[in-house]
Amino acid sequence: MKAMASIAPVYQLANPTRFMALAARIVPWLAGLTVVLFAIGLYMAFFIAPPDYQQGETVRIMYIHVPAAWLAMMCYGVIAISSFGYLVFRHPMADVSAKAAAPIGAVFTALALITGSLWGKPMWGTYWVWDARLTSVLILFFLYLGLMALRNGVEDETLAGKLTAVMALVGTVILPIIKFSVDWWNTLHQPASVMRIGGPTIHPSILWPLLVMALAFTLLFVVLHLKAMGNEVLRRRVVALRMRAVQRAANLEPQGPAREAAE
Amino acid sequence: MSPFLALVRRDLALAFREGGAVGTTLGFYLMVVTMLPLGLGPDLNLLSRIAPGVLWVALLLAALLSLDRIFLNDYEEGALEVMALGPMPLELVAAAKSLAHWISTGIPLALITPALGLLLNLDIDAYGVLVLTMLAGTPAISFIGAIGGALTLGLRRGGLLLSLLVLPLYVPTLIFGISSVNAVLMGPGGFAASFLILCALSLASLVLAPIAAAAAIRMQLQ
Repeated sequence: MKAMASIAPVYQLANPTRFMALAARIVPWLAGLTVVLFAIGLYMAFFIAPPDYQQGETVRIMYIHVPAAWLAMMCYGVIAISSFGYLVFRHPMADVSAKAAAPIGAVFTALALITGSLWGKPMWGTYWVWDARLTSVLILFFLYLGLMALRNGVEDETLAGKLTAVMALVGTVILPIIKFSVDWWNTLHQPASVMRIGGPTIHPSILWPLLVMALAFTLLFVVLHLKAMGNEVLRRRVVALRMRAVQRAANLEPQGPAREAAE
Repeated sequence: MSPFLALVRRDLALAFREGGAVGTTLGFYLMVVTMLPLGLGPDLNLLSRIAPGVLWVALLLAALLSLDRIFLNDYEEGALEVMALGPMPLELVAAAKSLAHWISTGIPLALITPALGLLLNLDIDAYGVLVLTMLAGTPAISFIGAIGGALTLGLRRGGLLLSLLVLPLYVPTLIFGISSVNAVLMGPGGFAASFLILCALSLASLVLAPIAAAAAIRMQLQ
């Protein structure tokens, strides 16, 4: 019974109307908080955090790069969980969540790749190396594109959602490969230094701005995701209303012999 | 004869008798390998260095073009629906059809590779190991490809989308296929690790991919 009580709110959110009401109430607050956190985080990153003794000022790229890369993976996690939920419980809101998260995830992945290559040019001497971490993140980007292309390619929207969910679950194998690529292969990309057993290995003066930025990015994702889900619900309602209008118009029109007579 | 084997035999018969289904794939493989030296210039040292990679990539592309053969014809003529209604689980149907695709595409492509290796001045030591890695890696290509084929069944212009969906999933197979060849060519050790991971990829896709493919087919038959 306790378990039932704890998942009850999730069930309530599955009702699109309730979801929309709740989203409308919390999105402005979350958006405000995101702006504040970004202001604090960027200020800390650019003015308070010290330049690295080896990397100099370029270390500041990391405050965008690392959170973007985390979010790129978290976003795929959200898609995978939503897809699983959609395939098992057949609830449309899970599909809405998976659909809304895909473009956001693609943008975060692109951001991580672009900032990474901008950092790589002065540090490694090249914009791109075929390193395991870089390659696996690039594959993640292609997976996002594939998910969006598959959804666009199938005309029936319900079927598109289901097929995309299957593809998303198949693609989940990439997540552990990305996470552990720096441990499994001896790569140019540095190994995990924040989320590791035994605590972070970076100095607090760099860690704190990074964590604030990570929180800001996460909230940004939540805001964008909730907003995109709301838009998708509205879009589906418009489609449904349009279908109903067409049907009504078809019913009102004189049919058969009467119609021929009218013409 | 068990229904599984019967289905494999049927698909093989269709693949080999249907005008040039296998031949076209081999022809495409040959064409890609022929085009590359024309583009890169006939420097034999360069060609021999990149030959394993070129052959693997060309094999992937050739196999990719044949993936829609796995389910599409049966889907369009309704045979797939009959199989789905039959007593054999759809997962096994998908596995049988992927297996037939491997036998009719993966094995011929791997076996013709030495002939193409001659065109690229492939190192003589590499022939055996290259064919071995291709034989070990092509099951993953057929079985993972079956997921893509199943997902894009009902689509117009599904072929392009199929490659966009499936190629990212082929990356691990390609990487470990190449790295086990390179381990033999370049230095001592490392072959076993890469080769075993390649085999693991094939075995895992053998088990998991038919489940995903069957799920995708079921959705489209409803």
